[in-house]
Amino acid sequence: MSEIRNFTLNFGPQHPAAHGALRLILELNGETVERADPHIGLLHRATEKLAETKPFNHSIGYMDRLDYMSMMCNEHAYVRAIEHLLDIEAPERAQYIRTMYDEITRILNHLMWVASNALDLGAMTVFLWAFREREGLLDAYEAVSGARMHPTYYRPGGVYRDLPEQMPKLAESRWRKGQDLERMNRWRNGSLLDYLEAFTGDFFDRVDDYETMLTDNRIWKQRTVGIGEVSPERALQMGFTGPMLRGSGVAWDLRKKQPYAKYADVDFDIPVGSNGDCYDRYLVRIEECRQSARIIQQCIAWLRANPGPVMLKNFKVSPPTRTEMKDDMEALIHHFKLFTEGYCVPEGEAYAAIEAPKGEFGCYLISDGANKPFRVHLRGPAFVHLSAMDEMARGHMLSDIPALIATQDIVLGEVDR
Amino acid sequence: MSAFSPRNETLAQQLREVFGDKIAELIEHRRQLTAVVPAEHWLDVAWQLRDDPRFAFQQLIDLCGVDYLGYGDDEWETAEASGSGFSRGVDAAGPGRFSWDERPEAEDFPNRFAAVVQLLSQAHNRRLRLRCYAPADDLPVVPSLIEVWSSANWFEREAFDLFGIIFEGHPDLRRILTDYGFIGHPFRKDFPLVGNVAVRYDEEKERVVYEPVEIEPRVGVPRVVRRDSRYVDMPRGESEDQPA
Repeated sequence: MSEIRNFTLNFGPQHPAAHGALRLILELNGETVERADPHIGLLHRATEKLAETKPFNHSIGYMDRLDYMSMMCNEHAYVRAIEHLLDIEAPERAQYIRTMYDEITRILNHLMWVASNALDLGAMTVFLWAFREREGLLDAYEAVSGARMHPTYYRPGGVYRDLPEQMPKLAESRWRKGQDLERMNRWRNGSLLDYLEAFTGDFFDRVDDYETMLTDNRIWKQRTVGIGEVSPERALQMGFTGPMLRGSGVAWDLRKKQPYAKYADVDFDIPVGSNGDCYDRYLVRIEECRQSARIIQQCIAWLRANPGPVMLKNFKVSPPTRTEMKDDMEALIHHFKLFTEGYCVPEGEAYAAIEAPKGEFGCYLISDGANKPFRVHLRGPAFVHLSAMDEMARGHMLSDIPALIATQDIVLGEVDR
Repeated sequence: MSAFSPRNETLAQQLREVFGDKIAELIEHRRQLTAVVPAEHWLDVAWQLRDDPRFAFQQLIDLCGVDYLGYGDDEWETAEASGSGFSRGVDAAGPGRFSWDERPEAEDFPNRFAAVVQLLSQAHNRRLRLRCYAPADDLPVVPSLIEVWSSANWFEREAFDLFGIIFEGHPDLRRILTDYGFIGHPFRKDFPLVGNVAVRYDEEKERVVYEPVEIEPRVGVPRVVRRDSRYVDMPRGESEDQPA
C-alpha cells in the first residue's frame, strides 16, 4: 500500500491575495488546511533600529511606511509617546485636526480593505468604487501635507501646519477636461473643510452603495459567513484588538475606553459583531466608516468655529516661524539647535496606544535623556492578528485562505516593520 | 512608600499586597506603572495577573526585547565646555557608526537584556508594564509566557530573533523576521546598523548570492544627552513623576 502524506503548499510571497510579501506554508489534507505557517519578514526594514540612530522627529516619516494604509494613525502613536515623555500636550485645535485626520485615515483604510477583500473574493466593482472615494480623501491628505501617501504631518506638540484656506483644484489635462473636470472640481471651490463637508455629506450614500453590492450578496455571504470564527475568549487570548475583537462581540475601543486627542468630546457609536466570523467583521468595518464620517463632521464644525494655534509655542520642541527666526537672535538659536540636534527627551519610558483602523497600534519608547530614542518598539495590530492565522485557518478549505488573510486586514509593512 | 498617582494607587497597592517580594521594584513614570519581576517569579506573577479577578489582565498587548548596552552614553560632551569643535560628535563610535569588523566588544554588565510586556485589563480598563531582566547576559534566558497568553507566541519569537533572548518553554522558537540562515541578532546594540551581509542576484551564477556589506556606516546627527532643567519646570510636570 502506498503511503499517504499531507500535501504542503507554498502560498506567496508574490501572490495578489497575500496583501504584500507574505509567504504561507500550508499543510493540506485534500483541500482542507491542517496547518498554516506564515513566514514573514520579507519586508523587514529594521525601522525600530533605524529610529535609534536618528533624532526623534526624523523617524515620524518612517511611521507612515509601517502600515501604509493608515499612515497618520501610526504617526499619532509615535508622536503621542514622545509627547508623553516630554509631558507636553498639543493645542486643542491640533487635537481636533488629529482626530479628524485619524478618522479620514480610518475611512481610507477600511475602503482599501473592503475593496481588496471584495476583489479577493471575486467582486470587482466595489474595488473601483472604493478607490474613487479613496482618491478624494487622498487629496485631503495632499492638501495639508503635500503628499498623498506618506504625509509626515503630525509633530510632537501639534501638527505641521494649519488646514489650507483653499482646497487645491484639479488642473485640466488630456484625461480630465470639460464637464468631467467641472464635476470633479465641484467640491473644491472653498476651503479644505468645505471640501470635507461635501465629501462626508455624500459619503453615507456611497457606503450604502457598497452595502448594496455586498451585504446581501449570496456569493459574498457564502464566502464569509461562518468563515474564521473566533470566540471572544480566544480573541482576547490571542491579543486581538480593533475590528477583529469587536467582530467577536467584545465592545472594546480605545477611542471610547481610553480616549486620546478629542475622542472624548465627539459623539460616535462602536459597532460590535456577534458571531466573530468574516461577515461580522465586514459589517463592523462598514459601520465604522459611517461612524468615522460622523466624527469628521463634528470635527469640521468645531474647527470652523475655533481658529487658533496648531503647534505648541515651545521652541525647545517646535520651530519658531521664519519671520521670528529672522528677527530674533534667540529664535534663530532655537531654530538652529532644533534642526541640527533635535530636542532631548527626559529619561524614562512610555507606552502610547491609539485605536488604529486595524486595532491597537502602540509605541513603546525608552529614552535615556538623549536627542535620539534609546529603544522604540512598535506594536502593530496586524502582526498579532497574523500570528493567529494558524488557529483560524485550521479545518478550513484552501479557498478560504484569501478570505482569512483579507479579514485580518494585514499590511505587511506593519507586520515586518 | 512614596505616593502613586490616583490612577495607579489601587493597582500599586494590590500588587504590593498580593506579590510582596515577588516584585523587585514598582516604578511609576508619567502616570504609567512598571513592575520589575525577577525571572524566577515571572511565570507565577503572570498567571496570577491573568487569573486573579482583582487584576484580570486578559490581554498581553505587547512583548519586546530591550538591550541596555550603552544606556545613557553620548557622543558629545555637553556637561562641560570643551574647545575641540564640532567634529567632536562625529568621530564617535556610537550606535550605527561601526561596521561588522569594528563592532564593539560588549563587556559583561548585569541586566543587559530585558523582556518588557504591556498588559491590558479590559475588565478594569487599566494597563500595566512588566519587565524581566534576563539573569545571565551571555545567554539571556527568560521563561516563556505562551501558556499564559497565546499572543506571546510571535512576540517572543521576534525578541529571540532580534535580541537572542531565549524564552524557556516556547515550543517553536524559530527566527521570524530575519532571513533564512541569518547569523547574529540584529537589534543588539553591538550589531552594526549597516548589517553584515548584502544579498543580490548574480547573473553569471544565476542565483542569489550573499556578499559582505559595502555600505559605509554613517550617522548624520551626534547623540547628545542634555540633562538641563528645560523640562523640569514645564507647566504639566508633576511631582508624582518621581520613581517610587
